[in-house]
Amino acid sequence: MSKFEALTGNDAVATAMRQINPDVVAAYPITPQTSTVQKFSEFVADGLVDTEFVTVESEHSAMSACVGASAAGARVMTATSANGLALMWEIVYIAASNRLPIVMSLVNRALSAPINIHCDHSDVMGMRDSGWIILFSENAQEAYDNIIQAVRIAEHPDVLLPVAVCQDGFITSHGMERVEIYEDEDVRAFIGEYRPQWSILDVDHPKTYGPLDFYDYYYEHKRQQVEAMKNAHRVIQEVAEEFNRKFNRNYGLFEAYRLDDAEVAVVVVNSTAGTAKVVVDQLRAEGLKVGLLKPRVFRPFPAKELVDALRHLKAVAVMDRSISFGSMGNAGPLFLELAAAMALHGVHIPMADYVFGLGGRDILPSEIESVYRDMLRAAETGQVERMVTYLSVRE
Amino acid sequence: MAELKGWRDIPIGGMILEAGNAVEYPTGTWRAFRPVFGEAKCIHCFTCWLYCPDSSILVDPENEKMLGFDLEHCKGCGICASVCPVNAKVRREAGEELARDDPRLCIRMVEEGKFQE
Ligand code: SF4
Ligand code: SF4
Repeated sequence: MSKFEALTGNDAVATAMRQINPDVVAAYPITPQTSTVQKFSEFVADGLVDTEFVTVESEHSAMSACVGASAAGARVMTATSANGLALMWEIVYIAASNRLPIVMSLVNRALSAPINIHCDHSDVMGMRDSGWIILFSENAQEAYDNIIQAVRIAEHPDVLLPVAVCQDGFITSHGMERVEIYEDEDVRAFIGEYRPQWSILDVDHPKTYGPLDFYDYYYEHKRQQVEAMKNAHRVIQEVAEEFNRKFNRNYGLFEAYRLDDAEVAVVVVNSTAGTAKVVVDQLRAEGLKVGLLKPRVFRPFPAKELVDALRHLKAVAVMDRSISFGSMGNAGPLFLELAAAMALHGVHIPMADYVFGLGGRDILPSEIESVYRDMLRAAETGQVERMVTYLSVRE
Repeated sequence: MAELKGWRDIPIGGMILEAGNAVEYPTGTWRAFRPVFGEAKCIHCFTCWLYCPDSSILVDPENEKMLGFDLEHCKGCGICASVCPVNAKVRREAGEELARDDPRLCIRMVEEGKFQE
């Protein structure tokens, strides 16, 4: 029997980590991820897990220890945020390129400077080309569920890539919610035992990880990473189907909320999707045909499925919690990629980007409502007033 | 050089699954300096063999003889010349600074461009 507990997003992830019982966790505390590893270190101290918990001196070392342990054949997890992720940078790429199935809880926080500990998505958007699979979570339940699924996705023989599971700093990580926690045995049965194919500790079959790789083979290894990402697109859905059956959930590549008969929609990830659902319900009560699309999988980007889910609309707004500085229109990364996907799939409907919530700036239902009203106008006129709006910034 | 394989036919992540296949990679082309025997006689102490980072000192283990250099793989780092005890002896007895390609040494490091048989 599963049970319901009042947990913060970080505690929910720590609980998943306890149930997963990874061989190695290497992490360095950074706000707002800290309470995940703090809680997990209590589980280690209380003997509830067999994990070797490596308390490193920096995030660069944390990810390095993860890489070493994973190459040795261990099931490995870590957690970080913002500048911690930035300090891991070099090794983040190495983890993906060495094809090591490390699972990271990434509690999204604004990157410095100026220094800020609150939520935005500048940290994860920086790693979008690094070769990691990236999943978003609306709330503590999804963070918990995604972490469990991430283990299966990462370790699948057709994938073997690291996975980052995102949740919003403070909003989700420190907000207490009702979370359904499954039986330890059920989680363990779902993730199964990890049988690494190429363990360095398998001394009967000596091997080398991370050797020099020049113009004659480096490119082929990058091509293999492309194939792994393509496979991940399928594996993520297979793992979700199995998870949904076993735990009675409804995960896929994204969640569509009142989207089928909608005329306009907002696309937004993580906790803001929850706020947007309330706005959708309010506007629906007024008879307005509005809907929501909440991407769960950002890498690999499910372009075709997203386009198919949006192609019937008359206007689409993307809400980005980060800016790709100097990009087309100084827009956000989610908008840029989705707009390209729509155009390249031949879907030409008015689209606009709404940057919001940088550095933890509150996003209010009234602001999301204004986005919907902009889109309802765009649906009528056939064009948006502005391509990019910086929502709620003071002029 | 072995025939180049496609991405489907090689281990993922740049992993090397066969032990000792570095021998198939001819790194000798990277060399700027070449180790060459000089006038001082080698005493076959194997110090150079022990230190060479590229396993490029050729030896006859049966007769315990240092034979020379594997120039297919030697990268010309000069470590052999700097650890050779005979080189140290020659330098001390010379009473002057010796260039690294001085003919009086046991192992000399000669610029590839200046090397002549
Ligand atoms: S120069 Fe360096 S690589 Fe070449 S034989 Fe001497 S120690 Fe080995
Ligand atoms: S270190 Fe010098 S003396 Fe000793 S084996 Fe090598 S070349 Fe000969």
